[in-house]
Amino acid sequence: MLISVILLIGVFLFPLWQITLEAAQFPGGLRLNIWINKFSGDEGGGDIIANINILNHYIGMQKIEPDAIPELKYFPYVIYAMMGLGLIVAFVNKAWSYLTWFIIMSILGVLGVYDFYLWMYDYGHNLDPTAPIKVPGMTYMPPLLGEKDLLNFYVKSYPRLGTIFLTISILLSFLSFWIRRKFKAS
Amino acid sequence: MKNVKLISLMSISVVMLLLFGCGKKDVSNVVEGNAAEQAYVAPGEYDEFYAFMSGGYSGQITAYGLPSGRLLKEIPVFSKYPENGYGYSEETKGFFKTSYGHVPWDDSHHIELSQTDGEFDGRWLFVNGNNTPRIARVDLKTFETVEILEIPDVAGLHCAPFITENSEYLVSGTRFSVPIPQKDVSISTYKENFSGLINYVSVDQESGEMDLAFQIEMPGFNYDLARNGKGKSHGWSFLTTYNSEQAYTLLEVNASQKDKDLLAIVNWKKAEEYLKAGKGKERTTSYYHNLMDEGSGIVESKEMTKTTILDPKDCPDMVYFIPVPKSPHGCDVDPTGEYIVGNGKLSADMSIYSFDKIMAAIEAKDFAGEIDGIQIINYESGLHGILKKPGLGPLHTEFDGKGNAYTTFFISSEVVKWDVQKLEVLDRQSTFYSPGHLVIPGGETRKPYGKYLVAMNKITKDRYLPTGPELAHSAQLFDISGDKMKLILDFPTKGEPHYAQSIPASKIQPNSKKFFPIEENEHPHAAKGEGQAKVIRDGNIVRVYMTTIRSHLAPDNIEGIKMGDTVYFHVTNLEQDWDVPHGFAVQGANNAELLIMPGQTRTLKWVPNRVGVLAYYCTDFCSALHQEMSGYVRVSPANSDVKLMWGLNNENQDEETLREMLKQQGK
Repeated sequence: MLISVILLIGVFLFPLWQITLEAAQFPGGLRLNIWINKFSGDEGGGDIIANINILNHYIGMQKIEPDAIPELKYFPYVIYAMMGLGLIVAFVNKAWSYLTWFIIMSILGVLGVYDFYLWMYDYGHNLDPTAPIKVPGMTYMPPLLGEKDLLNFYVKSYPRLGTIFLTISILLSFLSFWIRRKFKAS
Repeated sequence: MKNVKLISLMSISVVMLLLFGCGKKDVSNVVEGNAAEQAYVAPGEYDEFYAFMSGGYSGQITAYGLPSGRLLKEIPVFSKYPENGYGYSEETKGFFKTSYGHVPWDDSHHIELSQTDGEFDGRWLFVNGNNTPRIARVDLKTFETVEILEIPDVAGLHCAPFITENSEYLVSGTRFSVPIPQKDVSISTYKENFSGLINYVSVDQESGEMDLAFQIEMPGFNYDLARNGKGKSHGWSFLTTYNSEQAYTLLEVNASQKDKDLLAIVNWKKAEEYLKAGKGKERTTSYYHNLMDEGSGIVESKEMTKTTILDPKDCPDMVYFIPVPKSPHGCDVDPTGEYIVGNGKLSADMSIYSFDKIMAAIEAKDFAGEIDGIQIINYESGLHGILKKPGLGPLHTEFDGKGNAYTTFFISSEVVKWDVQKLEVLDRQSTFYSPGHLVIPGGETRKPYGKYLVAMNKITKDRYLPTGPELAHSAQLFDISGDKMKLILDFPTKGEPHYAQSIPASKIQPNSKKFFPIEENEHPHAAKGEGQAKVIRDGNIVRVYMTTIRSHLAPDNIEGIKMGDTVYFHVTNLEQDWDVPHGFAVQGANNAELLIMPGQTRTLKWVPNRVGVLAYYCTDFCSALHQEMSGYVRVSPANSDVKLMWGLNNENQDEETLREMLKQQGK
């Protein structure tokens, strides 16, 4: 269980998700890394959000403004709280306590992904009708998971190390629960 | 004597006739099997080396890739460049400030890359202005000129700007001796009134900033080319001279009379000691130092009025001479620092000196005479040996780091490879035609990359499809990795390249800047966001703080400009990505357009000369909606009462609103 808590630190060290935009003019692609508390691009590649906003304004997508996304501010606290709770759970060291943590964390994880989807839906469906380029169907939404052609871009969206750490952390908590129960039973 | 001269001239013309008379000289035999493969750099692949060539009368520098011969960039240095507004924009005008006023052209000759421990380090590039004596510095992070320093009291700064092995100094000498200080005297008083100067410009190792440290007053000869010692000869400079006859008319004859001219040898470490000991004499003069501020991109010009002169008469053991046969040109030091090659243009042989022998001769006071307090070392005492009859008209030598030297021969139109130690000719290859300088990557440093050699030719004739009377100069690339030189590529060059230097791409590529971070832009008139775009009137001066971003200019409507106004368009490129420059052009501008790099601010001065509505637009096809990236400026009669208004997307503002806004911000 302690390993679960330690693994959660990985959420702060690595991005959770990465959206890659590939087009002829962007050798190697434009990469947007989504972290628990920020966005980032490639080293030395300039302000990725500014560059994506410039491209998006042609289709009338509203500007991505990190300050306007409250999740980036409170999600870290949620993780801190779960780390704290994890320590308590490990201290209590009961099967039910591990199960509780596992359930809460799983729900939070699913909610987080759903929230991410909602933001993408919001950006992808609220296009300015006066924009220079009118996207057919007025939707321009990257896939949550997978790859898709979006106008001149080929867009890839995949989880990164942060999410992998988070998933392993959740699985380990379930493992703790299972071992604890089995141990008690035997 | 006259007859001998006539015969030799005749034989030269015969050689020339032979060369040019027989056309392409069976090039098919010269180019061998897989030459194309060796010079081929596949699409998407990079060249192994950068080669920086001077532009001669273009005043600029060009960057090529080797071995492909691809032209990568022309870097404007001494000449105005309307293509990107260099020298026209308010920021860069100051580069051309000299004690002669605004001199927007020059004749650039010798490229010198900065060195650390005798190797190229890829920080800066220096180049001389031959006409109005100047030295420029280019920053290799941005490939932009960042500094130009004038050298006072010299004429024709041909012999420049030769660098020392840790970039301590750039050494230069006057090509033409002149009265110092300048005065109204008869030209025939040359011997009494004319003298030369050898100049030492120091380089700040952090900023690269140049400073004229001291000048050495020399006899009135013509100082032609120089090299600095390396390794054991570090601390010494070697400069060829011609016209030790001190002729002042028909130099081609009168400066070619003596059997030998002189190589000047300067102990600059000694000069530093004399300078410290206060032996220098301060003299009042005038020269300009033009330096670009990194934050704002604005060139500041400062007039300098003092120079320190060291006189060899007061400073014994600082300067020596050693004779060199017949009007030498090139002077080159091998990678070990031991051998110094002196090429007599009109001599049939080449003299190669030994640094150790020169030092021994100085130690033993093995002198043959004295000129103005400068001891002349016995020719034979300093000589390593003579390379017998290598070719006709030796000019310049570079090295491959394997003990071989490569020398260009102008008259016999060839490059000759020879063993420096043994003084034996190993190979010769024709060039097309008449090479001046040659370059081997790192070929003048302690660590040459002896893979390629480029000969830069002075005569082109039939090498390419004809382009009327004026032709591009030609260059030939040789593979010199084997025993024999092998011609692998022939390519035209821009301007008239004199010297070039070439450096492994790996020393420059990783540091190449992609854009200027906008938060580091310190231009006083920058608009660092569209919200800061505005128009301000101060009397007849109107300043437009304009921004560019894909795909619009802000503001794109301006009204209230009047005849008699001077308008400054301060254009800031808000982009923060690689390769997204924007241009700015206004109809009928009497100066140029601007090309603004991401994060940069550039200013165009515009004096409207007619009433009406004029269009302005972006000149760089920046994006899919580039053609839409335009605007209108309305010019009204001087007495009109049209209010100053500007806007974007019909959200117009005026000066009163702006003042109100600024007041609010102040609170």
